[in-house]
Amino acid sequence: MWIFFLLALLVVAGALAVVLLPNPIHSALMLVFTLMATAGIFLTLGAQFLAVIQVIVYAGAIMVLFVFVIMLLNLRAGEGGEESLHRKTGLGQILGIGLAALLMLQIGLLVLTGKPSLLKSIHPAAELEAQAGGHSQAIGLLLYGKYLLPFEVASVLLLVAIIGAVALSRRHLVIGPGRDESTEEVP
Amino acid sequence: MGVGLPMDVVLGVVIKCLVFFFIVVTAVAYMVQFERKVIAHIQSRIGPSRVGPMGLLQPLADALKLISKETIFPRGADKVLYLLGPVFASAPAFLSYAVIPVGPNLSMFGQEITLYLADINVALLFIFAVASINIYGVFLAGWSSNNKYSLYGGLRSSAQMISYELGMGLSVMGVIMLAGSFSLVDIVNAQAKMPFLLLQPVGYLMFLIAGLAEINRIPFDLPEAEGELVAGFHTEYSGMRFGLFFLGEYANIITTSCIAVLLFWGGWNGPGVTQYPWLGPIWFTIKLVPHLFFMVWTRGTLPRFRYDQLMGFGWKVLLPIGLANILITGLIIALTQR
Repeated sequence: MWIFFLLALLVVAGALAVVLLPNPIHSALMLVFTLMATAGIFLTLGAQFLAVIQVIVYAGAIMVLFVFVIMLLNLRAGEGGEESLHRKTGLGQILGIGLAALLMLQIGLLVLTGKPSLLKSIHPAAELEAQAGGHSQAIGLLLYGKYLLPFEVASVLLLVAIIGAVALSRRHLVIGPGRDESTEEVP
Repeated sequence: MGVGLPMDVVLGVVIKCLVFFFIVVTAVAYMVQFERKVIAHIQSRIGPSRVGPMGLLQPLADALKLISKETIFPRGADKVLYLLGPVFASAPAFLSYAVIPVGPNLSMFGQEITLYLADINVALLFIFAVASINIYGVFLAGWSSNNKYSLYGGLRSSAQMISYELGMGLSVMGVIMLAGSFSLVDIVNAQAKMPFLLLQPVGYLMFLIAGLAEINRIPFDLPEAEGELVAGFHTEYSGMRFGLFFLGEYANIITTSCIAVLLFWGGWNGPGVTQYPWLGPIWFTIKLVPHLFFMVWTRGTLPRFRYDQLMGFGWKVLLPIGLANILITGLIIALTQR
């Protein structure tokens, strides 16, 4: 039990550090720290596959790309912080506060009623894992069995995102004066 | 503590940790010596031979030299990240050994002793997770040194490592499908009859190539290329901090070789292991040495890839071959298990 509180403390401290540190690379690294602590919480719940996948994919690949971008753009502390924290109240603030309130409400309800989830269709992990023969196997059976369509839709989404990124970052086609329609595409 | 562990279990784990750690550190030190000797012979010279018989005390001399060197701190370097870089580059290399089994269960002193520190059911994924942390060491070092050569080296190296991590993951998918588990102990046990090398030759080749790229060895060591980038991401490091990078790199070599042996060459299986379980670690070492030699051999023989060739190979060649391998393996497994 104390492990959960320790990890939860690390997650919250890391998340606060992400938002409050002035140097962007330090923020990104504290986010990595937060993700590792979250993986630890997954481990305390017995979700080993999720924990390692969290480290491999999120902390190990996505955050590396984040830090890449920060390094390549050479962001420094204070750059881009010209807008102060006290902006005028706009739609963004209202939505943000509204969503946070919703989250608090949901957590409060869960704690008070003691139910595992407010949704009706949940899968009790112990049963599934005993049936499937382990945690990874249970995830595999669910992902490729009952939730195959959402899985495939998610991969199509990722493909669309990749194509969109390539299309956005391509340089414009150049048509020189007096030449025919041949264009040079810069990869 | 809320966890009630009996004292002898804790003691057993601590002793195993210490034994593993000392064996690995010694192995890494002598791996350096092995490499220098083998490369020397490839280049028609002898290599370190003065310190001790056949130069066997050379690693000790190197360690003493590195420890006693002045450690510098470049002006304008980010203090915390500069100090964290070597840590992230060397600690993960040792962390992988927590899940590597070197032999079957022995009964010594009346107790059953398992020759691994931990048998977690996602052991192979754990090793990949730990390899992902290696990437941070490289580019934190590159960025925090406040030096454009280091920055280039760090960026190139981390891009390369991410790309080939995919290749490595795909190459072991076939093995996971055949063994039915991520646990390294299960995978070794599944090879009791036949090593997976015969069933997954493409996977093995892919794993060796991707492994070389992942640990930044020639022919994939453009990020550290002497002559191109001074010393790449560890230009600004001296003394024991550089020593830690070195340690991490050679420990990674041994780790990759260990995993190749475990996944494809049957681990500690071999004739006579069922009657005499202590033969397990001996077979493991016998199978490990050719892999170490291969890693050094490629370093001494091959020229390095240009960076765009390297990235092109990883994404355009290795990835499709890996996917095709998974497809074919899955097909064959599905057809032969009906």
